[in-house]
Amino acid sequence: MRDALRRDLRTIRWSAWLGWQMESNWTNPLLFLVYSIVKPVFGTFILVFMFVIILGDVATDPVLFSYMYVGNAFYMFVAQVMFGVAYVVQEDRERFKTLKQVYIAPISFFLYVVGRALSKMAVTALAVVITLVFGVMALDVAVDLGQTAWLMFGIGLFIGLACICTIGVALAGVTFLTARHSSGINEGIAGLFYLFCGVVYPITVLPQWAQNIGLAIPITYWLELMRRSLVPSMDFSEMSGLGEYSDLSILLFLTLSSMAFLILSIGIFKYADHLARKKGKLDMNSTY
Amino acid sequence: MRYAIEVDHVTRVFGGKGDKVHAKALDDISLQVDEGELFGLLGPNGAGKTTLIKILATLLLPSEGSVRVLGHDVVKEYNKIRARINMVSGGEISGYGLLTVRENLWMFSQFYGIPPKVARQRMDDLLERFGLLDKADAKVRTISTGQKQKMNVIRGFVTDPDLIYLDEPTLGLDVNASLAIRSFLRKWVKDTPGKTMLLTTHYMVEADELCDRVAIIDQGRILACDSPSNLKRMLKRATTFDIETTAFPGLDSMPSMDGLQGYNSKSVGDRALTRFVVNDEAVISEIISHISSKGGRIIALGKSEATLEDVFIHLVGRGLE
Repeated sequence: MRDALRRDLRTIRWSAWLGWQMESNWTNPLLFLVYSIVKPVFGTFILVFMFVIILGDVATDPVLFSYMYVGNAFYMFVAQVMFGVAYVVQEDRERFKTLKQVYIAPISFFLYVVGRALSKMAVTALAVVITLVFGVMALDVAVDLGQTAWLMFGIGLFIGLACICTIGVALAGVTFLTARHSSGINEGIAGLFYLFCGVVYPITVLPQWAQNIGLAIPITYWLELMRRSLVPSMDFSEMSGLGEYSDLSILLFLTLSSMAFLILSIGIFKYADHLARKKGKLDMNSTY
Repeated sequence: MRYAIEVDHVTRVFGGKGDKVHAKALDDISLQVDEGELFGLLGPNGAGKTTLIKILATLLLPSEGSVRVLGHDVVKEYNKIRARINMVSGGEISGYGLLTVRENLWMFSQFYGIPPKVARQRMDDLLERFGLLDKADAKVRTISTGQKQKMNVIRGFVTDPDLIYLDEPTLGLDVNASLAIRSFLRKWVKDTPGKTMLLTTHYMVEADELCDRVAIIDQGRILACDSPSNLKRMLKRATTFDIETTAFPGLDSMPSMDGLQGYNSKSVGDRALTRFVVNDEAVISEIISHISSKGGRIIALGKSEATLEDVFIHLVGRGLE
């Protein structure tokens, strides 16, 4: 038991290290830092310009703007980590040709992918922090760290990131079986979450059936909890459609739906893994 | 004697009933490899060698039959197998280009739980043996193909596996790199009794030089399995002739003749080298007549010692390449 735990921690440690080397080592540190700052800030401009074009000024509706801004910032984790983690399989398989070697190593491939996800989370966390700091300093986003419920924020952040990571691993499993379409599938899933989970608009603007889908996905509760934790001075209850629930209830919904997604993700990964061995897909070459 | 590998009536089919591709890569094959043996799988491209290695390495499931590696079933007990095996594939050069040679090796050694001190010592020993010590801190993307393949061979051995699969380890490499790898393999087998190696190759010399036993495989079937010397003894009633001619049309399509078991032609510029395996030397005059009738001119003719390639020609009726 202790040996297995040690092996699993070792797997996560070294795959995270590998991921970090891949994420950060492609250029010199200065250029990496500039890229890390410029990319999220300019990405944010798209959202700000859209808001300004529609409503004239970010100050016109500060509650909606903060709702959008914080949601958009945290959605970076969904897009980058989920998409990036699934891409690990394709990259190892077809670019570096290392998938076979990693796969037959005496480690859990599931945890190997989790480790690779951690490095993507670290890089994305930097982008999220830069985006939020830019929002507070330049756009008056009402993040108030003095009033933040840190325990709630920490637990919610951890559960949400764990959930995103496991969904990513499930998509990595699907990538075992797919060729170049895998990136389309991953982008599609990320797009569905963008559509249904109240990222930049409240789910209340969606038809009821779409709201129901949104309410079944943990990302919806996670973004709500992040907003409530970081921007306690604003009341999002009217627009979010989740105003009737307390913070603890939202955390409970997040936990339960994340557990359901975790079980589903493990099942998808294991089934895809078995199918890949059965169909001989582990070393297919489709892109490079 | 315990078997390192037991393959029992294994068939592997790619593609289902409705799929466009439907191919039988392995067709009811059985073989056993003893612990401590250096076993070779010899066959042309597409013979099924790599498919068999993938099954043995737990990368692929057999469609039918059973496979046990180091006493464990490859379908159900793959976790027990993986800690004790490793694999090196030639032809496809793998590795994380952004990492250094040492970092690549280190990461894999840690996946196998090799204690850091032992891993470092082994890495240095192997890097030195392969003449890669001066490239240890170079990024993999900056080193040559031969050096990358040497790194991959080191990756396979740094975990000190009980059983290693080498799938065409010298494919596409220059003579020096191939010699270095062959020399290392020979030494490893000598220095580590009890460790097993399964080598697939379509280089006859490699199989002849390195292997205790060789299985000749073609179109998913094992045609013969024995030591190289015993396989060559199969040809004691057959004779091998090498005939050098000018190139002529129809070089690859000799008519069937009584006494001709098989042949293999290679074009070299405007000349052709053809090896004939015959069980009646009288047929040579008929072969020469045929060559002349097609406009070919005999430049040289010689009788030669049987090789594994001759065994292959004898069994299959054509050459390996």
